[in-house]
Amino acid sequence: MVSKTVTLTNAQGFHMRPASLFATAMGKYESDVIIKFNNSDINAKSLLNIIAGCIKCGSEIEIVCSGSDEQAALDEAVQLIESGLGE
Amino acid sequence: MFYGTAASDGIGIGNVMIIEEHTLSYSPKTVIDPDAESQRYNDAVNAFCENTMAQADALRASTGDKEAEILEGHIQIIKDPYLNGEIEKLIANGTCAESALEQMCDQFITVFSMADDELTKQRASDVRDIKAGMLGILLGVKEIKISDAPKGTVLVAHELTPSMTAGIVKENIVGIVTETGGKTSHSAILARALEIPAVLSVEGAVSSLANGQKVIVDGSEGIVIESPDSEQMEIYTQKRDAFIKERRELEKYKGKETVSASGEVYELFCNIGKPEDAVKAMDFDGEGVGLFRTEFLFMDRDAVPTEDEQFEAYKKAALILKGKPLIIRTLDIGGDKDLPYLGLKKEENPFMGFRAIRYCLKNNDLFKSQIRAILRASAFGDIRIMFPLITTLDELRAGKQLVENIKLELKEANISFDENIKVGVMAETSSAAVIADLLAKEADFFSIGTNDLTGYTMACDRGNSDVSYLYSALQPSVLRLIKNIIECGVKNNIPVGMCGEAAANPMMIPLLISFGLTEFSVSAPSVLKVRKTISQWTKQEADKVAEKVMTFATEQEVTDYLKTII
Repeated sequence: MVSKTVTLTNAQGFHMRPASLFATAMGKYESDVIIKFNNSDINAKSLLNIIAGCIKCGSEIEIVCSGSDEQAALDEAVQLIESGLGE
Repeated sequence: MFYGTAASDGIGIGNVMIIEEHTLSYSPKTVIDPDAESQRYNDAVNAFCENTMAQADALRASTGDKEAEILEGHIQIIKDPYLNGEIEKLIANGTCAESALEQMCDQFITVFSMADDELTKQRASDVRDIKAGMLGILLGVKEIKISDAPKGTVLVAHELTPSMTAGIVKENIVGIVTETGGKTSHSAILARALEIPAVLSVEGAVSSLANGQKVIVDGSEGIVIESPDSEQMEIYTQKRDAFIKERRELEKYKGKETVSASGEVYELFCNIGKPEDAVKAMDFDGEGVGLFRTEFLFMDRDAVPTEDEQFEAYKKAALILKGKPLIIRTLDIGGDKDLPYLGLKKEENPFMGFRAIRYCLKNNDLFKSQIRAILRASAFGDIRIMFPLITTLDELRAGKQLVENIKLELKEANISFDENIKVGVMAETSSAAVIADLLAKEADFFSIGTNDLTGYTMACDRGNSDVSYLYSALQPSVLRLIKNIIECGVKNNIPVGMCGEAAANPMMIPLLISFGLTEFSVSAPSVLKVRKTISQWTKQEADKVAEKVMTFATEQEVTDYLKTII
């Protein structure tokens, strides 16, 4: 298992487009990808769960990946968030 | 006549077509062959995706990528691995496909509806739309085809779902009326993208209007007139034609620089009241924000917002503007704007009293937290600070000193900010106008607030009908002050803007061009109109007009003359 804490910097937070981009990207990996936020575990491959998480700009979230390609999944997750999720 | 939310500008005159939703009812049954049921569900998903993809393509062709993406989002939602996992589980336990789908969708509809932000709430209507589409397929119900609507149709529905809008043939639909939805709902966004006049949140529209009935939809005013008489028809036909003509003309100015006929380039900004309004400023082609009123952050609450709350709001606006200028006006409280929790004393004469910069300089903690929040946000864009109601140089100096002190604090704490942040004066008192030469030496910019400047100079309350005839920025006295402010700015090489209503007045614009104004800040919907007006003037022609106007002795003479030249 690998994990990293990052801050969400895109203005809109995890809304439709950023969440969709993120869930699609994570869906490529075999590993489980979890976003830890506000004491809950959010399935990062599920667009619906990410939106339901209501994660706003400036929030600190922890990305946890576990599985055969966990490092690659985490690297891409962190890169996507730090680059502002396509905004 | 019905009243609703004016959601998409323009006037449509046509015949009602009511879009009634099908009753998608079924009796839940226990499944004997879960594998077959799962197959039935997956077939429905595939059919749904095919339909939606076709709709998205149609929408992309008619309105563009942004709208099509909403529908493509529906495909992603129905393929959501969590959603499908749960539905498969339910089906495996003997639940029928319809019921499994409905249970899971309803779960998300509930969660999204309860969210505290508008954008997440809107996702509930996406899931509702998806549920209806999927149930329709599972139950074999035929959809109403909006694409078959004849020319001159006014669509009337409970709610306009994205999948419905996808079928709209722009040429045939002249108006949209719905019972739900606000200015930022999908229905509103799509109606605006399609340039179809729309009135939303009209209670009882579906039951009160009848198929084929003639209606007028005034999407600018939020009015629906059923079975109009010939007089109404005439008035609104004229209004509609004028609106269409103007829209066509203004379209040409979208995405263009703001430039006069003789080649001078101007900045054309928007006035906003909330960070989200910055989106509107961008949509209407504003080149930045010339006035961000910060009062809203302090209203409708029990206590002063924290520095962090303010920081988030300022930063949000800066990020939306993507590096375009953002002029933040510090708290302009007092006068007619009271905040109960501040415990301001009742005043005999609130407009002459303890308000704006006067209040802030006496309430250091509040002022400091706002300046700190603005400075921290300045790391995320081109932010500038503006002090309201400056009457003396001392006030400007005190405000600037505070900014400098906080810069030092931030530096020590290793917090990043824009070290060269510009600090300007909102020139809106007669005093500031008269000493503009002194202020210009120490301010980084001026922005003229014509509303208060006019009120103070004419010593008149525009709300009092006995004296409101005096209230005009075209009074010779007000014009002389405006001219002085701008010329003092020009002489001292600082930019001068105007953020009052007068900046969008076509009679005022040639005068401002002549005096040397460099920035116009107007309400978002006025941007293209102002850009057009500016483009019609050369500096020389504007100079001639201004020279003439400044010789007039009364407001009547000024307006009589200006009416002949615009």
